[in-house]
Amino acid sequence: MSGGTVASVPALVPRLPVGVVAGPEQAERFGLAPEEYRQVIAHLGREPLAVEAGMFGALWSEHCGYKNSRPLLRRLPTTGPQVLQGPGENAGVVDVGDGWGVAFKMESHNHPSAVEPVQGAATGVGGILRDIFAMGARPFAVLDALRFGDHTTARTRYLLDGVVRGIAGYGNAIGVPTVGGEIGFHACFEQNPLVNVMALGLLRHEQLQSGTVGEAGNALVYVGSRTGRDGLGGAVFASADLSEASAADRPAVQVGDPFMEKLLLEACLEAIEAGLVVGVQDMGAAGLTSSVAEMAHRAGRGVDLRVDLIPRREHGMTPLEVMLSESQERMVLTARPDQVAALLALLRHWELEALVVGQVAEHDRFRLWEGETLVGDMPVAPLNEAPTYVREGREDPAVRAARAYDLRALPLPDDAGAVLLRLLADPGIASKEAVYRQYDHQVMTNTVLVPGAADAAVLRIKGSRRGVAATIDCNSRYVYLAPRLGAALAAVEAARNLAAVGATPLGVTDCLNFGNPTVPETYYQLQEAVEGLREACLALSTPVTGGNVSLYNQYRAEEGPQAIHPTPSVGMVGVLPDVERRAGMGLRREGDVVLLIGAGEPAIGASSYLWEVHGLEAGTPPALDLEAAARLVNCLARLVQDGLVDTAHDVGEGGLAVALAEMALLGGRGVDVEVPPRLAPRWDAALFGEAAALALVAVPEGRAADVERAVAAVSLRVERLGRAGGEDLRIRHRDAPAGGIDLTLERARSAFESTIAEALAT
Amino acid sequence: MPTIAVLRFPGSNCDDDTRHAFAAVFDARACFVWHTERELGAVDAVVVPGGFSYGDYLRSGALAAHSPVMGAVRAFARRGGAVLGICNGFQILTEAGLLPGALAQNEGLRFVCRDVFVRVEATTPFTARYRPGERLRLPVAHHEGRFVADEATLERLEGEGRVVLRYVAADGERRPDANPNGSLHDIAGIVDERGTVMGMMPHPERALEPLLGSSDGRGLVQALIDTAAAA
Repeated sequence: MSGGTVASVPALVPRLPVGVVAGPEQAERFGLAPEEYRQVIAHLGREPLAVEAGMFGALWSEHCGYKNSRPLLRRLPTTGPQVLQGPGENAGVVDVGDGWGVAFKMESHNHPSAVEPVQGAATGVGGILRDIFAMGARPFAVLDALRFGDHTTARTRYLLDGVVRGIAGYGNAIGVPTVGGEIGFHACFEQNPLVNVMALGLLRHEQLQSGTVGEAGNALVYVGSRTGRDGLGGAVFASADLSEASAADRPAVQVGDPFMEKLLLEACLEAIEAGLVVGVQDMGAAGLTSSVAEMAHRAGRGVDLRVDLIPRREHGMTPLEVMLSESQERMVLTARPDQVAALLALLRHWELEALVVGQVAEHDRFRLWEGETLVGDMPVAPLNEAPTYVREGREDPAVRAARAYDLRALPLPDDAGAVLLRLLADPGIASKEAVYRQYDHQVMTNTVLVPGAADAAVLRIKGSRRGVAATIDCNSRYVYLAPRLGAALAAVEAARNLAAVGATPLGVTDCLNFGNPTVPETYYQLQEAVEGLREACLALSTPVTGGNVSLYNQYRAEEGPQAIHPTPSVGMVGVLPDVERRAGMGLRREGDVVLLIGAGEPAIGASSYLWEVHGLEAGTPPALDLEAAARLVNCLARLVQDGLVDTAHDVGEGGLAVALAEMALLGGRGVDVEVPPRLAPRWDAALFGEAAALALVAVPEGRAADVERAVAAVSLRVERLGRAGGEDLRIRHRDAPAGGIDLTLERARSAFESTIAEALAT
Repeated sequence: MPTIAVLRFPGSNCDDDTRHAFAAVFDARACFVWHTERELGAVDAVVVPGGFSYGDYLRSGALAAHSPVMGAVRAFARRGGAVLGICNGFQILTEAGLLPGALAQNEGLRFVCRDVFVRVEATTPFTARYRPGERLRLPVAHHEGRFVADEATLERLEGEGRVVLRYVAADGERRPDANPNGSLHDIAGIVDERGTVMGMMPHPERALEPLLGSSDGRGLVQALIDTAAAA
């Protein structure tokens, strides 16, 4: 069909679609349970054709339809004055002021990365970037949260190397900086790693787009790569347990082409700016099926789609294969009939294949045509409204027992310095420089705080004084031991990290990585974690504007199912009113006064110290007073925004001693502090215990009193610990053997910098 | 006011940054020239920006070197016009034969993004704003940045003073660990025989504003504007 005309669709005479009927067994292979199959029949008034069963199966999969999580997700707060776009579109958008908005979203690509790490991770980046520019925003930062197994095994090294290459290969080539994230290691992720990618995009308010088809008569335009058999059934694949046989699913993993995506990105943004599109949508999971169905549903319209016109990479593809393909770098645009020709010309200038493949209809059906033959006919609404399940959850008694473990009798170590070196070398804490060196974190010339320099990434907005900060956080061990508390702590940590650079938190995107929801113990974790996230997001005034759910992160090993530690990754975005007023974590000046501020007492339950030194995964995560934690966030952000503080660091994994060591190593200067014994009942807790609302700041002597006053004014604790300076790490505690820690910076540095570099060594 | 042409290939990704560098940071005129153009128009200098032209699926820069716009760039350079290739732009200029040598995969076989120090080794129109021997802090971000050439070429480059930038340590001395990619002779940037075509791996356009960590690249951008104004 030539450009400029709307695809011809045969006259709408009621008739039955032609094709092979799918029985209950075939439907089950598409992921439809017997009861769901019966519901499909009720919606259609007949048995589904194979293509229809495949489309219902894909859209009703957990990945697309959230059938196990939707009732829980409704509990999350989603509104606030700063929210320009809440859940339900390609990405959420928050207002950052001066007419600017930030579109942001996080998604998982866990299963593809488990079987093909390079392409699995690369296409994770590609997919989330498309969600961002579909909103009319120019992607300007990527962060990623990764989990792997034991960092010394051959499998982990293979996966880590591949995932990092995949992220680097895609992000560097398309020219969007990778600016932050987190990486954790635990044996539970050995077979089922987590790859969560978050992207941020910048837009003017008036550029905000919707993934809608708009009015009847509009044209559906296909643009980008051709459709192949790659990624067939990806949504269903992502919604089942991994097993030995999963390697045979490698064809369900797609291959990324960042070059094509760069063209798509530029072309789509130009078309949006020129006012040539009504709606934009990425073809992600379940490809054409989900993109077109969602766009139609948002507009409350039907569509007629000419399957035979879809550009193909291979011969002999059936309508089912075309509709379920997850080939990458494809978009659907909708345009008014009078603008189609101009739109196609613009897209072709960018050397993209683009053509009209269907049109928006007066009816409310999703109709598929091959020429004049109707080959599928489904009502739009039920396709998009997967049945939901509320299940019974119950806590695993083993987890309850681990949480109740009595830590009071735990022996005290005999060398605090040796403990600090072990913690600095812990792969979760150790420097990730060997990873982020491989990411272009400066392209686009907006990156103000680069990876490793601060608690969160900071980007400037060209032409504005404002800055944008972003972080991803989750302590999987906390969530495993206490799902509700652990999820709340993840959100609180993210907010604290933003505050530590001087940003006011605005909104959250979450990626809920859990095991099989039909297992009551897993469902319990999910239920509880969502509740914890809800409580924290309410307290922090950070609505959840979107995200994704990745269930079935469970490996079917011979000795029984092995579930991951539940990991609700919290991606949070904040704004700096003046990007010149920001804080890094490295100590800047000799003689700066180091102050501890916040609330609560550090404790060793669920800590990295307990795991690394005592081999225990037990106890309760840090006690959380949400009101005090939120007060610390506000106070810390204000200290930086008022220009009082330019050096700050959250106290997180590894506690006070690790936080001080990181500030010293980053700044290239030592520190000499005395930790007050009243901080915690045991010296190991004071030095290595973790907390929900503590942070460190370093300020010149002349400003210390102002900071103390400001912190005390909001009824938070403030302790003068000591000073920055010298070549050594001196962290003294009256009760510790030999009076505490006394190490050269060089020893600390070699512990901190070797673990990940060695894991990546070839 | 001089006009700087910023070439744009499919897959260029430092094109916007480069235009921003000239137009927003320095208030010069900068325009994009699409790779299919056969004429540059009325421009006074050319920048070939970084990125992954054509996806770099063949050899970095190999396809871009054969695009229509490069014919116009060759003619412009023959007339003595100033051409600066940055990162992928350097790769394109070597592939196009405007500069000798080639950029091979980094010694570590991984992409490298970090700040490096380079020393100004020669006075050229591009480095006229720096003192000889001045040490600059500039970011690199590349997978293929290892400058290689045969012995004779290296000897000529050195003998004719055409090695313009060399990787050094923070103290300004040459040291193996200061070289991020294994470049021969620690070469970070060179010029052609006339000294009017330059290629460099570091990104001066990323080092113009203190907010982004370094403003040591300002001299390079300013010097190109000076040269263009005199053209």
